[in-house]
Amino acid sequence: MMSFHEISDVLLCNVTDRVSFWFVVTDSSQNMTTVPGSVVEAAIRMNRNRINSAFLLSDKTLQFLKITSTLSPPVEPSTPVWLIVFGVVLCLIVAGIVFLVVAGIQQRKKKNKESTERENLEEKGEVTVTVENGIPCEALDLKAGHINGVFAADDERFTSL
Amino acid sequence: MSKDLSVPPEIPKEDGRPKWDNKFQYILSCIGFAVGLGNVWRFPYLCQIHGGGAFLIPYFIALLFEGIPLLHLELALGQCLRKGSIGAWNTISPYLGGVGIGSWMVSVLVSLYYNTVLTWVMWYFTNSFQEPLPWSVCPLNENRTGLNEECYKSTAVNYFWYRKTLNITPDVTETGTLQWWLILCLATCWAIVYLCTIRGIETTGKAIYVTAIFPYLVLTIFLIHGLTLPGATDGLAYLFTPNLNTLKNPRVWLDAATQIFFSLSLAFGGLIAFSSYNPPKNDCEKDAVTVAIVNSVTSLYASIPVFSVLGFKATTGYWDCLDRNIINVINEFDLPEESIMRQNYTAWISYLNSSHPEKIAGLKLKSCDLQEFLDQSVSGTGLAFIIFTQAIILMPGSQAWAILFFVMLFSLGLSSMFGNIEGVFTPLLELRIISKSIPKELLSGIICLISFLITLCFTLGSGSYWIDIFDSYAGSVPLLVIAFFEVIGVAYVYKMKRFSKDVKWMTGRKPNLYWQITWRFISPLLLLIVFVAFVTLQIQKPASYAAWNPKYVCSQIFSKLLIKARLVYFSPLPHPLKSLSSTAYLHNAYSVRTTSVTGALMNT
Repeated sequence: MMSFHEISDVLLCNVTDRVSFWFVVTDSSQNMTTVPGSVVEAAIRMNRNRINSAFLLSDKTLQFLKITSTLSPPVEPSTPVWLIVFGVVLCLIVAGIVFLVVAGIQQRKKKNKESTERENLEEKGEVTVTVENGIPCEALDLKAGHINGVFAADDERFTSL
Repeated sequence: MSKDLSVPPEIPKEDGRPKWDNKFQYILSCIGFAVGLGNVWRFPYLCQIHGGGAFLIPYFIALLFEGIPLLHLELALGQCLRKGSIGAWNTISPYLGGVGIGSWMVSVLVSLYYNTVLTWVMWYFTNSFQEPLPWSVCPLNENRTGLNEECYKSTAVNYFWYRKTLNITPDVTETGTLQWWLILCLATCWAIVYLCTIRGIETTGKAIYVTAIFPYLVLTIFLIHGLTLPGATDGLAYLFTPNLNTLKNPRVWLDAATQIFFSLSLAFGGLIAFSSYNPPKNDCEKDAVTVAIVNSVTSLYASIPVFSVLGFKATTGYWDCLDRNIINVINEFDLPEESIMRQNYTAWISYLNSSHPEKIAGLKLKSCDLQEFLDQSVSGTGLAFIIFTQAIILMPGSQAWAILFFVMLFSLGLSSMFGNIEGVFTPLLELRIISKSIPKELLSGIICLISFLITLCFTLGSGSYWIDIFDSYAGSVPLLVIAFFEVIGVAYVYKMKRFSKDVKWMTGRKPNLYWQITWRFISPLLLLIVFVAFVTLQIQKPASYAAWNPKYVCSQIFSKLLIKARLVYFSPLPHPLKSLSSTAYLHNAYSVRTTSVTGALMNT
């Protein structure tokens, strides 16, 4: 049943300083009878958004007593966000592990190859590898010197001038 | 002349032992090991409940007479003997080999459950990228008419922690099921640990630059931001106001001693392992003092942002309470908007109470007291995952703060994990049962894999109860016992004269009177007193543990712990239950009571 109401059909009473009031909606076409409360309630429930936006208020600031607002469900994305973040983190870690393991294997292969080469050369006697204290001289040059802590830091061994 | 030539047998040569890249890496690793989660969530709490600034007195006395001597002892030991904990103690005396094995076992056990805490941190971190934060809103119930009942009766933050994260069972005897999300996060955490410790200190040495320095950056950011929040000064004043009367309570001294002890991560064997990779001629005395002081200063530094944020949270809670009351009163009396503000609230209430007492009584207004909000003190996981997350929701830009906070917690925990893993790894490498041909990467991979499989049990519904048990009994009393025997062993079995000579060879000067007295008499005595006091206090009450029971009705429930083969039936220390129950935001339905024994997890 569609009935049109004017602003003059809404009667206010008991307006307080608190900006709260009671109101009834009358039906001018039916000889000033009041519209039943349940119908008004249903209408307000359906048009809550329009009423709120007209006053620039929200459900919390414009309360209709006895009309509880239905709660909007929280937004849930299709894939939980945390899974995405987790996937990114896991991929980075696995990449890091693979990189380190592969680098370690390569390093070990290189070391094995070097030591077998040196052994072969020494056997053939073609290249004399100068060795000092078991450390080849080339290696010494590359490492820019070893500091033997026993002798370097021991100032007592040197007599003062 | 012969004296100069008689050096100890450990002449530095190319013995193939890995080395630190530089001294800074070593110091940073020790600091990272010592500075852990306990500096953030245990020390500020202790400061607060034990009389604020007055707590610093027993804290520094304990540091001076227990912390620094023991630290120096461990670092010197490792550096001199150049072996992990098991090898080192076997060298000192075959009868003391058990001390090394004990250290190793404790490191194993603590590594297992410590990583589960990092799992929780990682879970919260991955959930921090959402808008709004998932712990800020309650989910709806099935028919969408209201909020989920369990969440509504407690708070959204509690619900997220107990239900969404842990999916906790009401009882430790109810095992529950494996939580797949926690398993994923656990696997990630162990993968990260494996990545960083894959080649021992070669890789942890690089990783420590990030994990040890980053927390300080974040703490500074939180400090600056925290001080700008409203109510921060209330929190800080509450924290630091000294109340010297608390010093009469022996509990305060006991807490200070245990906090120093666990905070420096002594008796784990990790420090011995770290210093064993040093060149022998290294000033371990200066290192020990540096690490101990940095650890304590970090604790103090961390307590400032923590308490600024807690003060902010208390103030916001207080304001919310006032605002709710104000709305109720305004609605009831139909007063104009903004007639009652927070400032004149008490004046209005007293006026209305005198004129309309029945109406006011009918409203059932909650009494709002700022002090009561500030009194809600909590330490441990409750501080990080419940209190702090709640405070973060209130800050603008909460995603960024949450991400920063949890990355900081993760770094703090990870750098401590490095020390624990080194304490496990290094002795294993030296034992002859592992053949030399096995590459280090494989060994660390096997250790991480086995640990991951074992720690799956902590992802069960009752997992957090098991972590409480582990922390209370594996990470507390055994460490005290081990440390006691460490000091006695070095001072009286290895003999202090010999040790002093070794230290003199390493540092270039004889240990002075302070070290002699503390090593010989004060530290062993102090450890003995702490141990006896700890055990005595535990025996006084029956064992109990925290339970989150959705069907709980107001009656005290104490469940007895299953007596396991290796655990002794101890009772927890008494604890201020009042402060804990208020943090659970009781609505006559849920209660949380925690065991008061706190071990390495809470303190490290």
